[in-house]
This record gives sequence, structure tokens and C-alpha cells, in this order.
Amino acid sequence: MARAVTTQRKLVFTAIGWLIGILLFFPIFWTILTSFKTESEAIATPPSLLFFDWTLENYIEVNTRSDYLKHALNSVIIAFGSSLLGLLIAIPAAWSMAFSPSRHTKNVLMWMLSTKMLPPVGVLVPIYLLFRNTGLLDTLVGLVIVLMLINLPIIIWMLYTYFREIPGDILEAARMDGASLSREIVYILAPMATPGIASTLLLNIILAWNEAFWSLNLTAADAAPLTAFIASYSSPEGLFWAKLSAASTLAIAPILVLGWFSQKQLVRGLTFGAVK
Amino acid sequence: MATLHTRHTARLMLSPAVIMLLAWMLIPLGMTLYFSLLRYNLLMPGTETFDGLENYVYFVTDPAFGAAIANTLLLVGGTLLITVVGGTFLAILLDQPFFGQGIVRLLTISPFFIMPTVSALVWKNMLMHPANGVFAWLATSLGFQPIDWLADAPLFSIILIVSWGWLPFATLIILTALQSLDSEQKEAAEIDGAGPVSIFFFITLPHLSRALTVVVLIETIFLLSVFAEILVTTNGGPGTASTNLTFLVFAQALLNYDAGAAAAGGIIAVILANIVAVFLIRMIGKNLEA
Repeated sequence: MARAVTTQRKLVFTAIGWLIGILLFFPIFWTILTSFKTESEAIATPPSLLFFDWTLENYIEVNTRSDYLKHALNSVIIAFGSSLLGLLIAIPAAWSMAFSPSRHTKNVLMWMLSTKMLPPVGVLVPIYLLFRNTGLLDTLVGLVIVLMLINLPIIIWMLYTYFREIPGDILEAARMDGASLSREIVYILAPMATPGIASTLLLNIILAWNEAFWSLNLTAADAAPLTAFIASYSSPEGLFWAKLSAASTLAIAPILVLGWFSQKQLVRGLTFGAVK
Repeated sequence: MATLHTRHTARLMLSPAVIMLLAWMLIPLGMTLYFSLLRYNLLMPGTETFDGLENYVYFVTDPAFGAAIANTLLLVGGTLLITVVGGTFLAILLDQPFFGQGIVRLLTISPFFIMPTVSALVWKNMLMHPANGVFAWLATSLGFQPIDWLADAPLFSIILIVSWGWLPFATLIILTALQSLDSEQKEAAEIDGAGPVSIFFFITLPHLSRALTVVVLIETIFLLSVFAEILVTTNGGPGTASTNLTFLVFAQALLNYDAGAAAAGGIIAVILANIVAVFLIRMIGKNLEA
């Protein structure tokens, strides 16, 4: 009896769960589907679901006609560049706060967090002018620096929460046994810290890849990453939905897959360790 | 064990990060504050004059300012309402055992990873377009008049688009908190005869309060700065119907070239965000001690 009820319950939840999941995913599914249609089929009413002439023409055209590859490469350079540079600066900082905390550590962490709360428009005018006057406007270097800075507090916080979970006793024991600092790092800390560092890197690549405010305001034709490049499809010069869809699919696919692997890290990173 | 030597090294390791963040915060913010006191047009460099608080008066008395503040609050409030209520519901659903749970979970969280310009354009064109969009097709097939979403209900449409992206975030965090709920407590309540509704209100919800607060505060910080979704869909219009504070400052600076007024608006945005930030930082700080 009890068993029958739970199976029935499970089936009901299966139906509701799948319905909601499919509804929420629909815009993404529709974009992917439209990217394989011809332009006339893309705007046809009633819309065709599966029975249309599947074509790769949009992908070919997006790649040949619109510098797509250049902008995709910009996205890769900016996302990886800013995340790796951020790690380079954040690892020593998080490390020292986790393993040699002082009475100021908490305040420093809180203050770093507060810089993340600064709304970007609060500094839009000076950053724009500084960039214009130093020739950094529309350059990859400029955007890498800005994205590194806006994500640095998240990187430091995430690393800090991971490093704090490494038991300090192990380090003490190693030191007692006469391990040097370099041995300590290579044999004990690195293996224990690597998963946390990798998670942090993953989340920050996602955040940097999708960043739009600074990408839209500080870049133009040369350094625009995909977020800014896709925005150029908003100009009303005709309905190029199939091409928009192809460009969008290429832009979101890699990060969507990465995102699926980062669920746990996402929660930890974006709540600054407040929810684990 | 913390000898003078290691303490010195620790400080050295920390300093690059501190110096960079300090520079990133103080220099541009100081400049914004300074610009906000100048009559400063970007097209006429070299003609800046000290203008006192004129920019603030100009920015605040501009009719667009009232609209922008109202829109900002509606955008933040509306999105919070949808994502927090919807996220709680979804998290409870995803916490139940059912077939294909893992796949449904992936489908549900996917919108969070879509870049804002893509999600805005996809919604604007393929879903909300009054003639060829999916919504229009659904409306006509059901015998209704299709709605021109972004022209007739621009702010509501943007709230929908933004909520679609943030719903997964709320869901994930609430789900994470839900999974740490002690099941024995629920079982004990069930044995005592508590129904699902009272279990939700007296056990689940109090347990979630912390996660819900974090969701509200963090979303607020990000939602105060919604920009790309507005830029590529309505451009703040029609009129100022979908202009929020962030967009208004952007328009003053890079469309009207009025750096002084934009800087004054930026300072107002900073003050607004700080009110929220104080609460958030206090909450996270408490967690740090635990």
C-alpha cells in the first residue's frame, strides 16, 4: 500500500518536474533549433518544430561573413586571461589569510567583498575616460584588467573558503619533520588545494565569459567579446533570426556545458561561502 | 608558530591584491565624486568649471530620474518576487525523488549560464516578437490577440527576461540549503500528525531563512545594475518606460556626453547599492565567525 502510493507520487513529480524543466529550457532549445533553419523557416508561422530542411548554412555564414572567430577568440582570451591573472594575485592573498590570519583578516575580507558591491555605473565615467586617454579603449588588455579586478573579490573569497578547509595541523607536522617551505607547498598544499583552485577558475571563466556591462561599454569592433558582438544583432536591419541563433548557439554552448559541471562551486562562489 | 618572518611573508603575499582593489575602488570613485561637482561635457574637453551641487540638482529634478528610480525598484522587486517564490517551489520539487531528476536539474539551471545579450535577443525576437514570435503564435492559436510585449509592457517583459536568468540561481541556493535539512525533524513532525503545509511553514521555511536572505541580498546587488538586457531590447524606452538608474547614468555619459550629471547619478547609484551592501556584509561576516 505504502509502496503504491510512493510510486504514484513519484510519477506525479516526474510529470511536473519534466514539464517545468522543459519550459525553462525551451528558449535555449528553440535557439539551437532555429540555428538549423533557413531564414524564412525561422520566422514562419506556425513555427516548424522538427520537420524542416535542416541546414548548416547559418553556421557557415556566421563564420565567414561576420568575423565570428575573432570575437570568439577575444572571449577566450578575456575569460581565461582575466581568470588566470586573478588567480595569480588571489592565491597568495587567500593563502596568507587562511594560514597566517591576523586580527585584521576578517576586516580585510569584508572590505574586499564590499568592493564587489560597488555598482559599475559608479565608476563608468572615470574608467571610460582613463581608458580613452591611455589608449586602452577597445583593447583586450584593458578588458582583461577590468574583468580581473571586478572578479578578484570572488576569486579571493572562494579560494579562502577552500584553503580554510585544509587542516593546518598537517602543515605543522610537516614543519616539525623538517620540511622546507617549498617541499611543504609541492607535496602537501598543492595536491590539497588544486581541486579548490580548479573550481574557482571554472566559475570565474563562466562569469567573465558572460560579463556584459564593461564588455559593451569598453569595446568596439576590435576587442569585442561575444557578449558585445551578439548585441550587434539587435540593430533592426531585418530579421536574421537563424543567423542570430547560430551565433548565439556557438556563444553559449561551451559555457553551458562548463556550467553544468559547476553547480556546487556556483553556490559557494556566488554566496561568498555563506551557503555551502 | 606565526613567527615574525612568516607574518612578514603573509603581509607581502596579501599586498598586491589589497593594493589593486584599493586602487580600483578609490581612484575611480574619487574621480566620479570630483566629476560630479564639475560642469563637464565630454565633447568639449578643457572647458570644465566647478559647478557645486548643480549636477545633483539637475540629475534629481530630471523627470527621468523619478521614472528610473521607480523602474529600478520595480525591476528589482518584481524579479525578486518571481525568482524567490519560484525558486523555493522549484527547489522543493527538485528535492523530491523522481525519474530523470538529474537531467531536469540540468535543464532548470541552464538559463543562468546564458549571456545576458543572448537571452535578451532570443526573448525579444523569437519569443516576444508581436508577429513571428512563439508567444504571438500561441496567443493566436488560442484565439487571443497577440501582445507586442516590449512595446506595450516593456518593464514587465524585461522583468520576465531577467527572472528567467536568475531563477536558476535562487533555485540552486535554496536547493543546497534544503539538502542540509535534517530529515529526522520532518519525520518526527509527520509522526506527530503535521501536514505538508505546516511542515513547510514551521520547519522548512525557518530552515531556509538564511539561504533566502542571502539570495535576496545578492540578487539585489546584481539586479540594481541590470544593463545589457535593457540596451539590446528597448534601449530604455519607449520614452523612459524601461530606463533604470544604471541605464540612465549610461545614457547621460555616453549618449548625452554629460560627464558631470552622469557622475552625480553614479554617486547616487553607489549610495543606493551601499544601503543593501551593509546588510549583506553584516550577514556574511556573521557566518565567518561561525
